[in-house]
Parts: sequence; structure tokens; C-alpha cells
Amino acid sequence: MSAETSPSRLSHLQRLEAESIHILREVVAECGRPVMLYSIGKDSAVMLRLAQKAFHPAPPPFPLLHVDTTWKFRAMYALRDQVARESGMKLIVHVNQEGLAQGISPVTHGSQVHTDVMKTQGLKQALDLHGFDAAFGGARRDEEKSRAKERVFSFRSAAHRWDPKRQRPELWSLYNARKLRGESLRVFPLSNWTEFDVWQYIHLEQISIVPLYFAAERPVVERAGTLVMVDDDRLPLAPGERPVMRRVRFRTLGCYPLTGAIESDAATVPDILREMLLSRNSERQGRLIDHDGAGSMEQKKLEGYF
Amino acid sequence: MAPATPGTGGLTAATDLDEYLERLGRKGLLRFITCGSVDDGKSTLIGRLLYESQLIYEDQLAALEADSRKVGTRGEEIDFALLVDGLSAEREQGITIDVAYRFFATDRRKFIVADTPGHEQYTRNMVTGASTADLAVILVDARKGVLVQTRRHSYLVSLLGIRRVVLAINKMDLVGHDEATFRAIEADYRAFAARIGLTEIVAIPVSAVHGDNIIARSAAMSWYEGPALLEHLEAVPVDGDDRHQPFRMPVQWVNRPNQDFRGFAGQVASGTVRPGDRLRVLPSGRDSTVLRIVTADGDLPCAIVGQSVTIVLATEVDISRGDVLTAYDAPLEVANQFEATVVWMHESPLLQGRQYLLKSATRTVSATVAPIKYKVNVNTLDHVPAERLELNDIGICELEFDRPVAFAPYAENRTLGGFILIDRLTNDTVGAGLLHFALRRSQNIHWQALDVDRRVRAAQKHQRGCVLWLTGLSGAGKSTIANLIDKRLVAEGRHTYLLDGDNVRHGLNKDLGFTDQDRVENIRRVAEVAKLMADAGLITLVSFISPFRSERRMARELMVAGEFLEVWVDVPLAVAEARDPKGLYRKARRGELSNFTGIDSPYESPEAPEIRIDTTVLAPDQAAEQIVEALRQAGLLAPPP
Repeated sequence: MSAETSPSRLSHLQRLEAESIHILREVVAECGRPVMLYSIGKDSAVMLRLAQKAFHPAPPPFPLLHVDTTWKFRAMYALRDQVARESGMKLIVHVNQEGLAQGISPVTHGSQVHTDVMKTQGLKQALDLHGFDAAFGGARRDEEKSRAKERVFSFRSAAHRWDPKRQRPELWSLYNARKLRGESLRVFPLSNWTEFDVWQYIHLEQISIVPLYFAAERPVVERAGTLVMVDDDRLPLAPGERPVMRRVRFRTLGCYPLTGAIESDAATVPDILREMLLSRNSERQGRLIDHDGAGSMEQKKLEGYF
Repeated sequence: MAPATPGTGGLTAATDLDEYLERLGRKGLLRFITCGSVDDGKSTLIGRLLYESQLIYEDQLAALEADSRKVGTRGEEIDFALLVDGLSAEREQGITIDVAYRFFATDRRKFIVADTPGHEQYTRNMVTGASTADLAVILVDARKGVLVQTRRHSYLVSLLGIRRVVLAINKMDLVGHDEATFRAIEADYRAFAARIGLTEIVAIPVSAVHGDNIIARSAAMSWYEGPALLEHLEAVPVDGDDRHQPFRMPVQWVNRPNQDFRGFAGQVASGTVRPGDRLRVLPSGRDSTVLRIVTADGDLPCAIVGQSVTIVLATEVDISRGDVLTAYDAPLEVANQFEATVVWMHESPLLQGRQYLLKSATRTVSATVAPIKYKVNVNTLDHVPAERLELNDIGICELEFDRPVAFAPYAENRTLGGFILIDRLTNDTVGAGLLHFALRRSQNIHWQALDVDRRVRAAQKHQRGCVLWLTGLSGAGKSTIANLIDKRLVAEGRHTYLLDGDNVRHGLNKDLGFTDQDRVENIRRVAEVAKLMADAGLITLVSFISPFRSERRMARELMVAGEFLEVWVDVPLAVAEARDPKGLYRKARRGELSNFTGIDSPYESPEAPEIRIDTTVLAPDQAAEQIVEALRQAGLLAPPP
């Protein structure tokens, strides 16, 4: 990514970066009202950096949208507000007020209902409310089996449904961004990145990420083999259950009661890269949401989850 | 899903991490596809590659073991295919039905694999996977040898410009690891491959289920002296060094944050560019010099193929998205008629004469296929005459664009020669193709600018040339109403002409029948004639069933805006059928007429006609009066401004 050298051949990451920039620019050139979904995680951080590169010296010509479930880690909210200030981009925060009024929470309703109401429904509300016709998401094909078949430009019906049989063939780097009124696109500029690529890029580009990715002593309780961090006093403890301080970090970040920590000593990005080179567990293991049953991610996608 | 963490062989606690990553970055990326027939074991092969290179995490392995017991086809053993079969629907059917991309890495290279399906009807997915691949792994079942699909996939591989092929002859365990069987299949395949221009073939005997010759050479086949599959994939040179080609960059987006900056953003499609280089802008042919190559990481002294950059020119030149910047002394050809290969990817067939949107590089144009020269029988490579292309057909066609574009033959440059076709109504991607060369006639025929223009011709007649397009079911009353309008206008001293469906079919279109294909051509010709008449200043009445939206839209787009009025002569089918002035509905119902609109051929109602006539309410005379009034309101009965 460095400007000083004129490479004779692009490295793996330079190829990925150039491809992502191409994708970001195609959407801006062909869609009326794009928006970037910003979930505060490491993938969002990389996607935002790529957007800044794609349109430099102009700022990215679209706002950021955070669909807030109100259950994110406190450290995530802090980084989100900092990023909004520093990027100079407009940040739209959307909360599903109906869900909030019904008192939907991951603690009382479980991951399935909470995710559906606060994330999936919340996202649809926000897209409809602002009339966005294309939304960038940070999903990668290497994350999960059903995502390996996802298009870069994923077509959604007016009801935000994903129909696996109606996805458009994608050839070369030619993306079909045409759609009728009400229909929309979800676009994934990081489709061909792997988790390792993302970390390597964060390292090279020195991108700020939520400190929760780095190991530190944190209060956790162990539930069904998963370490859940007690980030505030909303997490009800079972009788006799007491948070203990463990040296942990997170590989992915979501709603804190739904996100499992791993025990780790990796306190810097290079530590994380070293740890990954030796790790034996996959990234989504810490996400309770994927374990709801066979094909559960696919089901969520059909319903409009990212 | 598979973690693409590189192997750990090169890293020890003592190694400097940055040095290790730097080395990894240099090794480059290989994109390949796997293809073969159903049950040749593609998914098993990829699952095995991931498993053998220890790229499956423990939790995934645990999930895989559980899945294997539940839905696997291999009893208590691990079913590797389940690792890569993502969607529930295909798990149930036991086949892969879409392109899936897998990622893995070794210490020598990073890989992206497109897993493409073997079913004949899914050729479009295979073409999709092949479009971005550097190499193809073609699987053959050792018990079955080279099959029809093997030939089809090999042809597609060669068509899409992949030169390197691995012929993986699988299930060697089921033929007793027999060398003679392997050699016979290899020879058979090479003979076919040579005919389609595939010469860089490496044949490897494997057993994906048992892992033989996947990662390491197999003891069971000591007679084989070549590399194991992964060894070969790690070592094979990556195709195409486009750095030394002339510079080309399609302009993707014009970056204008303020008055002081104007940059042209795009991804370099070939060659190299430096500040000071003189460039030509196509298709306009204007030229300028590169002032800066801007990136967020600072200005570059040089940009090479593959990089996404923003170019600032020394002089102000009118450039927009879709233009191509090229080396000044090696510009591209500019043309609007081409010979091309089209791969059809949609259930509704490609019709000659219909307009589609065509996207190539960063430009979208209107394109018409006329004519289809032939289809290719991919099994025999024979040329077959064709009037339409069905799903998965491959045809050699002539394409006509609505404007000239700069292009390169696909064989020279995938970016500037590859295209997709988009349906104008549904916006589906319905086909893909490759431009081969410009037709000579498009270079030599230039639009002749005439001194007496359409405005002069219309002014002479104290009216404006226009087209009144009456569409509706047979028996709706179109001709009756058109006739009445014609009489009224002539009585007012207007200059008119009436093109009637039945009459035109006796002359100009007497060679056409009633298939969808012919209906499209019927309307195309009439629209072109109506356009000439409107240009001549005539009020042109067109009375045609014209059942398809797409052709009516094509007609509308031919005319000057505001001079095309679509009149929907609306009648319920039952009413038209009861009237049946020509007895055609009765014939159609008896099966004596086929492709009859409303009976066994669809009528697509207008969505936004300028005028809708409800013939169950209005008598023909009233309808004619209303339409003439609409013409007057639209200012078409007064001389042009």
C-alpha cells in the first residue's frame, strides 16, 4: 500500500485492496443513495479505510449507518463516536424503537429473537426510512458456508428478501447494479478477503480497532463453555454465578451477551497474527448466533439479515 | 469458511513477523476453478485439499463429523463434500448448485478456488467461475473417462481464455490404481483438448476420498512420477503479465471534490502509466498528458495493471465514466458493430433483434443481436444454425451497439473485451460474452448529416412529425380507431400515414411468422419505418398488436422525446374474443393457429401509456376524437417551435 515503491507486481493484499476500491467506486457511480453499514468491528474498520482510499481526496460520498441493538460493548460505542468525528462522515444511528418498547433483549429473548427484531428488522427499517438503494457490508466469503456463495453485489427484493435462485451471475469484475424502484443491493467489498488478510491489513495500515480485540483482564462468566464478558449490570447472573477476572480477548464483536471471548495473551496486532498462525478454532465459533441450528445463517439471510 | 491462515512452517518464535508477512505477500495468489461432471468428486477434492493442508479448524471438524453422521453419504467416515456444500437445498439434493468461493493458503501461495457445478443446466455458473480463474482443475472419474460434460467444461475453459489445465483423474482407487487406465484417459483428453487450443495440460492420478496424490505423492501409484496436485498448484506460474502491454484504463468515476481538483478514477486494465505520459481519450480521440497519479497514500511515480488509482491530466478534457484512457501511440479500436461469442444464462431465450443493455468495463450501452451466425455444439464443436439462444447455449453473433465504443478483443484483454447482457425490464443478467473483432462495415459507414433536417420538413407541413403507436389485443378495435383518426387528420389538412399490422405483413414483413423471434423483428422493422416517416414530418399512425413491452420501449427510444405517443386500446380478452371480427380467436381455440396473442402467446399490457382507451366504454368515434385532442394538447398539430 506504500506509495514509495512502484511494484513490478502487486502483492496479494494490493490486489485485494484494488479490487475493493473498484467495487466501492462502481456502487457510487451506478447507485443513487448508497450507505455503508458500520458495525464497529475490524471488518468495518478495514472497509471504511478502503472507502477513504477509493474517493481520496474527496471524502466517501455516502453516510455511515449503525443499526444499534443497544447491547454493544461500551468500548464499541466509544470507538464509533470517535470514528464519526475523525472521518468527517455523517453517522446515522438507528435503533428499532418498537423492539426497544417491547423490551426485546438478548438476555430475555435469546439470540434468535433479539437478532431478528433489533438487527434484521432494524436494518430494514433504516434502509426504508432513508431510501438507501445500496448498502455496503463487511461480510466475507470465508466466514461461513452459506456466505461462500454470496455475490459481491447481492440483489434484494423490495421486501429485502435474498432469493438464492435469483442472484445474478457475476463475471470478471462486471457488476450489474441495475434495479427497479424499491429493490436494493447489498454490496460486499471484502468478499475475497480472509480473516488473516483483514488482520494483516490492519497491521500494515495501522488502523484503529476496538481494544476488546486485544487481550486484557476482564470480568467474565462461563456459560455452556463460552466466556461471556460482564460489560455492565444488565447481564443477570444465575444464583452462585460470579464474574471472575480472566485474560481474554474477542475474535469477533457483536452484542456482548451473545459474543464469546477466548483466553489469550495477544495484546497487539502482531501478537494476534502470531496467535492466528497457530490457532485451531475458527472465527465464528465465538458467535452464539450461528449455532442455532443447521443452515441457520442461511435462514437469517433469506429473512434479510446481512 | 475454511480459514485461510497460511501454514506455520515458515514462522518460529524467533522469526520477525513483518519479514515473514512480507515474504508471504510476494508469493502471489492463484485463482483456480474445479469442474467436472456430477459425482466426479469435486467437493470431496476441495474438502480434502483443505483437510490435508490442515486448514480445517477443530470446531469445524467437530461440526463436520456430526454432519457426516447425520446427512453424509459415507457412513461413519467423514464426508468432505459437506465442508463445501453450503446451501441447505443442495445438501438435500446432494449436488452443488452454485459457484462457491473457497480460500486457503500454504507457505508458498494463497489460493481462491471457485467450486463450480457439474450439472449441464448450470453452465452459467461454470462460466462465472472461469471468468476470474488463472487455471482450471478438470475432474474425470477414472471409471468413466472423458464425458460429454468434460468436453463442455473444457471448451468453456478455453473459451474464457484459461490456458493452464490440470486433468485430475479421480477415483483411481476404484480402478485398482491402474496406470494403463490413467494413460488411456489422458491420451483421449489430450486429443480433444488440442482441438480447442488447450495445450498446457498436466494430468494427475488422484483419489480424493483417500487423499492420494493430493498433498504428497501416493505410494499406491509409484508409477506416477509427476507432482501431487497441491505441489503443482503451488509451483505453476501465474498467467499473464500485462505490464508490458500498452496502457489502458476505463474511467470509472470522475472525482471532483472542489473547483481545484478533477481526477479520473479507475483500475488499470493493462500496461503502466507515469506522470508526463501522453494519453489518448477514447472514443473522443482527444489527448492530454498525465500530471499526477493520485492515491490516498501519496502520488505515485508509476501505476501498473491491477492498481486502482486517480489520474489528473495536465489539460482540461471532457471525459466521463465509460471513456477509456489509453497510451497515445497505441490507442484502441473504436466501433459499434462486432462479432462476439454470447453465452446465454437465462430461462427466457435470447431473441434476435431485441435490445439488451450491454455492460463492458465501465460503460453500459444498448445492444441488439442481429443476426446469430450459429450455435456451437460443445460436444462435437459443430456449428448449428440458430435463430435464438436458449439457456446455456453458446452462439457466435453479430452485435450492434447504439454508439461507438473503444474495445479490445477478449483474447487480448479480458476487461475491455468481456461483457454482460442485462434485460431491460427485469434487470437480470441474462448473458455474458466476448468481443472478438469489429465488423468492417461499422468502420466505413458514417452517419450522413443532411442539410434539410427533420425540423425543416415538419415546418413545411405546419405540424410536427410524430408516431402514434396503437397497441392492444387482436379485435380491440385498433385499426378501426386508427382509420378514423387518419380520416379526421386528413380532413383537417394534416399529412399522415397509417402503418397497419396486417398490411405490412403482406409486403415488407411477409417473410415473418408469429414466433416470439419473428414478432420482435416485425416490430423492429415497423419502428424503423415509422421513425423515417416521422423524420419526414408525417403524423405516423402505427396499428400493431405489438404484444411485448420490450419492443414497444425500443420503438419509443428510437423516436425524439415527446414525439412518441403510446395508445393502449384496452379491451378485456373475453370481449375481444366475443367480437372476433376475423374469426381468429375461434381458430386459435381450435388449435388451428399457434402463437396467438392472448391465447397461447402473452400480451404484456403497457405500464405507462400516454393514452388509454377503454373500448368497453368509448365508441370508436369517441376514441378517435379523444386521441386527436391529445395530439393537439401535446402541441403536435402546430409547426415546430
